[in-house]
Amino acid sequence: MAAQMTNAHRRFLQVLMSNGITEASQARKLHQHCCEIDKVYYAHDKLDDFISTINSHLQPLFMQIRKGISEEDGRAHYAVVNLAETEVTKMASDYTETELELFRKTMDLIILSENGFASSTDILNLADQLKTKKMKKKEAEQVLKVFVEDKWLSEKNGEYTLHTRCIIEMEQYILSNYQDVARKCNICHSLAIQSQVCECCGIGMHLPCVRKYFRGQAEPRCPKCNEFWSCDLPGTSQMGSHTHHRAHSQA
Amino acid sequence: MSQRKRSKGLSSSQMTDGEEDCSPSQRDQPFQDQMNQKVSELVQFLLVKDQKKIPIRRADMLKTVGQKYKNYTEIVNRAGKTLQEVFGLQLMEIDTKLHTYILIDNLPRAEGEYLCKDKEKEKMGLLLVVLSFIFMKGNSVKDTALWEFLRLLRVHPGKPHKVFGDVRKLLMDEFARQKYLDVTPIPLTDPPEFKFQWGPRAEKETSKKDVLKFVAKIQGKDPTFWVSQNKEAEAEAAS
Ligand SMILES: [Zn+2]
Ligand SMILES: [Zn+2]
Repeated sequence: MAAQMTNAHRRFLQVLMSNGITEASQARKLHQHCCEIDKVYYAHDKLDDFISTINSHLQPLFMQIRKGISEEDGRAHYAVVNLAETEVTKMASDYTETELELFRKTMDLIILSENGFASSTDILNLADQLKTKKMKKKEAEQVLKVFVEDKWLSEKNGEYTLHTRCIIEMEQYILSNYQDVARKCNICHSLAIQSQVCECCGIGMHLPCVRKYFRGQAEPRCPKCNEFWSCDLPGTSQMGSHTHHRAHSQA
Repeated sequence: MSQRKRSKGLSSSQMTDGEEDCSPSQRDQPFQDQMNQKVSELVQFLLVKDQKKIPIRRADMLKTVGQKYKNYTEIVNRAGKTLQEVFGLQLMEIDTKLHTYILIDNLPRAEGEYLCKDKEKEKMGLLLVVLSFIFMKGNSVKDTALWEFLRLLRVHPGKPHKVFGDVRKLLMDEFARQKYLDVTPIPLTDPPEFKFQWGPRAEKETSKKDVLKFVAKIQGKDPTFWVSQNKEAEAEAAS
C-alpha cells in the first residue's frame, strides 16, 4: 500500500528533525533540493504526497510529520512529532527536572492567560517556588533564554508565549491536560494559545484567523453569537488593548 | 507470560486459556505486537539521544527495552534496520568493549555538501578545517601544532570565540564526545600533550576524498597536487 521511501525522503526527514521546525517555503525548497540530490521524480506541487509517503513509514513508530500554522503570521510550518508519549519526552532528555518544572509552570501561565502571553516578571516570580529545587531569578532568566533558543517558547517585549514548534508537537498533550481551559479556534478548530476571545459567548479565534475572517467587514460580528466583535482587529488598531498588539502599533 | 497478559490487558484466566488453544500464528500476535512496540520505543530513544550526537551505552538501551527482556538482540537488530530504512541512519557499535553506539548519517553525500546538513553550520565548518589539517599532516597531529594552525585562522584556543565559545573545549570535549575526533593523551608528557586523529563518526560521515577536494578548492589547486594524500584518498574511495 505505502509507496517506497527513497533517499530523498530520508534526507528530507533527517533535515526536518535536525531543524526542529521548518517553515513551509523552506520545506518546499528542501523538497526540491532532496529530489535533485538523490535524482528522484520531483514535482513542485507534490510536497503533500512526498510527506504522506514518509508518514506512512513513520506511523508504525508512532511518529508523524505534522503541519501547523503560526499563531503570529498564519504561515504553515512542519515538525516531526512523537505521537506515542503524552509527556514532554523530547524535552525530558534535554533539560533537568527543575528546568522542566519551570517550563510546565510557564505553560500553565500562558494557557491560563487571556491572550496567550505570560510576562517575564510573572514567570520569574515562580522561580523560587519550584518544588524540585528553588531557582535564582538570574538562573531562571538564563533557562528562559534557552527555551527560546530551542524554540519551545517565543518572546516579544518581555512577554512569553508558546513557540509554533511547541504547539505543533504538544497540541494533543495540551488539549488533554488542559481540557477545561485550552481553547480551540472557532475558525480552524485547532488549539489556540494566542487568541482573541468574544466577550459575549467566550469563543476564541487565532489572530490570523480573525484577520482573514473579518477581512473587508466594517462591523465585524462574532461567528457564533453574532454580537459585535469587541476586540480590536489585529494589525488594524492604533492602540491595542492586548499586549501582543504592541508590535503592530509600533510598526 | 505475565507480560503478555498485561500487554493485552487481559486478566481473566479463561481468556488466557483460550489463547493457549489458538494456532501458533494466532498465538504469536500479541508477542509480535509487543516486539513492534519495543522496537519503536528503542528507535525513538536512539533518535532523541542522537540529537546531541553523544554515544549511547548498551546499558541505557537495555533499560529502554526492559532489563528482563530476552529478545534484546533481535529488538536491537530490528531497530537498526528501521533506522536505516526510514531515516537513512546506521546504528554502529563504536566501542566493542564499552558497548557504546552512535547513529551515523548513511545517505550518499551530495557534491559540495560536507557534514553540513546540520543547523550548526559554523561549528561543522571548523570541524572540517580541523579534519583537513589532520589528514594533510599524515592523519595524526599534536595539539600544539593544531593550536598554532588555528591561531593563523584567528581562532585562539585560550580566548572565548564569538561563535565557537571555548574552542579548546569544543574540540577536546564536544567533538571528541561526538566521536568526530579521537583525542588521546601522549604518555609521559608534562604538561600533558595530546594527539588528534579522526574519530569513527568522521570516518563514516565524510571521506578523505571529500576533505582533499575541500582543501584543493580553498587553495585553488587540483587534488593531484598532493600526491600521497591523493593516493590515500583514492585508495579509500576504491575500498
Ligand atoms: Zn484558527
Ligand atoms: Zn460570541
